[in-house]
Amino acid sequence: MIVENSEVILSVKDLTAEVDGVQILKGLDLEIKSGEVHAIMGPNGSGKSTFSKILAGHPAYTVTGGEIWYKGKNLLDLEPEIRSREGIFLAFQYPLEIPGVTNSDFLRLSYNNLRKHKGLEELDIIDFDDFIQEKLEIVEMNPSFLSRSVNEGFSGGEKKRNEILQMAILDPTLAILDETDSGLDIDALRIVAGGVNKLSTPDNSSLVITHYQRLLNYIIPDFIHVMENGKIILTGGKDLALELEEKGYDWLKEEEAVLA
Amino acid sequence: MAIQVSEQLENQIPDQEFKGAVSNRSRLAVDSKQFSSQIVGLKSDIPNIDRDTHQFVGELSQLASDRLSSLSFPTTKDEEWKYTDVSTLGSLTFANQEAIASRNASIEALIARNIAPESLGNCLVFVNGKYRRDLSDINDAAEGLVIGTLSTLGDRILPKLRSHLAQHPDTNDYFASLNTACMGDVAIILAPKDLVVENPIQLLFISVPQLENETLITHPRCLVIAETHSDLTFLQTFIGEDNQAYFTNSVTEIWLAEGAQVNHTKVQWQGDQSVHINTTAIAQARNSVYKNQSISFGAKISRHNLIVQQMAAQTETSLTGLAFTDGEQIADTHSCIAHNYPHGSSKQLHKCIANGRSHTVFNGKIQVAKLAQQTDSAQLSRNLLLSGKARVDTKPQLEIFADNVKCAHGATVSQLDAEEIFYLQSRAIDPESAANLLTYAFAAEAISQIPIVSVQRSLSSFVLEKTKS
Repeated sequence: MIVENSEVILSVKDLTAEVDGVQILKGLDLEIKSGEVHAIMGPNGSGKSTFSKILAGHPAYTVTGGEIWYKGKNLLDLEPEIRSREGIFLAFQYPLEIPGVTNSDFLRLSYNNLRKHKGLEELDIIDFDDFIQEKLEIVEMNPSFLSRSVNEGFSGGEKKRNEILQMAILDPTLAILDETDSGLDIDALRIVAGGVNKLSTPDNSSLVITHYQRLLNYIIPDFIHVMENGKIILTGGKDLALELEEKGYDWLKEEEAVLA
Repeated sequence: MAIQVSEQLENQIPDQEFKGAVSNRSRLAVDSKQFSSQIVGLKSDIPNIDRDTHQFVGELSQLASDRLSSLSFPTTKDEEWKYTDVSTLGSLTFANQEAIASRNASIEALIARNIAPESLGNCLVFVNGKYRRDLSDINDAAEGLVIGTLSTLGDRILPKLRSHLAQHPDTNDYFASLNTACMGDVAIILAPKDLVVENPIQLLFISVPQLENETLITHPRCLVIAETHSDLTFLQTFIGEDNQAYFTNSVTEIWLAEGAQVNHTKVQWQGDQSVHINTTAIAQARNSVYKNQSISFGAKISRHNLIVQQMAAQTETSLTGLAFTDGEQIADTHSCIAHNYPHGSSKQLHKCIANGRSHTVFNGKIQVAKLAQQTDSAQLSRNLLLSGKARVDTKPQLEIFADNVKCAHGATVSQLDAEEIFYLQSRAIDPESAANLLTYAFAAEAISQIPIVSVQRSLSSFVLEKTKS
């Protein structure tokens, strides 16, 4: 939701970045205020996922220019785990499997690291168990998932629900959902989007990265940005998604060519 | 389990690190005959043994002794010992440890710590190679189960001994022959036909030498016979104190009759200055199921020869291995699963974690004879290098002579996965804890195969301790 005079959470200015010596981002600007839901759409290879990984601090990506300010702090100074503790959450497009570590041990370790950071006491197994039960309901997850290894043998939908469960536990200020809709059937999509909506408040914000309009039927964005060749070339309201769905991304390229 | 058929080498180590760090020459030349005769000379009689058994064991030892004269002490020029130099043994003067007088509180505490609660009342204890009736407890043994040693069982199973003891074809190499030539009081488990043994049986071998200038040598020997449709689990534990040199040269023979099921957990947790060489030889009859989990955490140099002969059709074998080495340790596993008959299956997962300047070796041979059609075998070797100075050698070795078989194998050598660490970091976990968690998880996959909960726990907490920053 758009809130009058709300605080700027994320401010990205003229961001350029490369991976393996190839420049991917070529001057990206974006501002997200508290309460807002933003979507970035764009064709494959436009740099959407790169941008999400840079926000989370992935070491393989090198920022070569520009600035990222998060809640008044220079985000690029912070290690990935500090960003997470400070409220940045990336839901992965391909969540990793960690055989041998139970989901509950993983989630508890994660949550306790956050609590330590906030100066709170860590939760023991029993207290954590109480805490997690209500979170499970948000993504309609069976408690038996907790005793299984992290994402091991999970279906695509289960993995994505597990990501949203982690989001529910870490309660981020800025949630970045990277192609969360990819590989989901309609039921799973509904559950995942429903979870994201339940977690949305005037005090936090989301950045939804997607190739398709379908997800935006469930998570209604306040702004849609179209990314192409490493920068945002068009920003509009939620109706822009429908236009893109109808005309495809090539229409924009033509538009750009005409303007140039 | 999904096993990749291809071999992949992730993050391949630069060649000089991978191939050059170990020279292919043994450091010392060992005179095979002098070495074996020194050791065989230390052989002492088994106390309180009956005459017939004594005679039979004498014959076995003599045969092995004769065989030794034509065998050579292995050097790194031998393909089978290419990576593991045991020539340091040649520089030692060995001795037996006379029974430590009276009872010793610290040894008893060490034993108590290492007896699995599940095995209380089902445990044989050997101290410095000698059977200790006073420290063993088999009062809770299942009815009908035969458990004891050559001296305690007397001649009542002599016919079984004649057909099984030192009869496995793969107990004839240099060190196994040395063991037979020096055979002491053998630990014996015999599950008669149809007996299902509920509690795990433990065989505990502890080395606590109190010698001045000489090195303790022991030759633990175990014989396990699971008769038709019997079912048992046994745990073999080798322990000892750090900062003491000793040499353990062990042989275990396991015979599974038709339809028998044996689960075998071997934990090698010896002291950091010890040398541990062990041969486990298994023979499986039709429809039998053998499962093994071998854990190698201790010893300066350890070598495990694990050989399974499928002697009939439709046998099932499952081997899980885990080595975790640090410092200058070497942990070498050479396994062989011989599929000799149709419809056999085998599953093998071998994992190594190498830290410090340590070195792990895995050579996994899978043999499929011409007759062994419809064999289904899968082998996976996964290795984790935690330090730039550590070294991993892994080699699958497939010898397939049948044409209608499924044999998958794969080997990976990697460092911790940067993507996995980033994933955990993005969940508020610092990179060091992330690395520790992933190392723990790597080991846990193997440890979780052990059916004895207390053993799982103590191994897990050891790994946790090792991976704590």
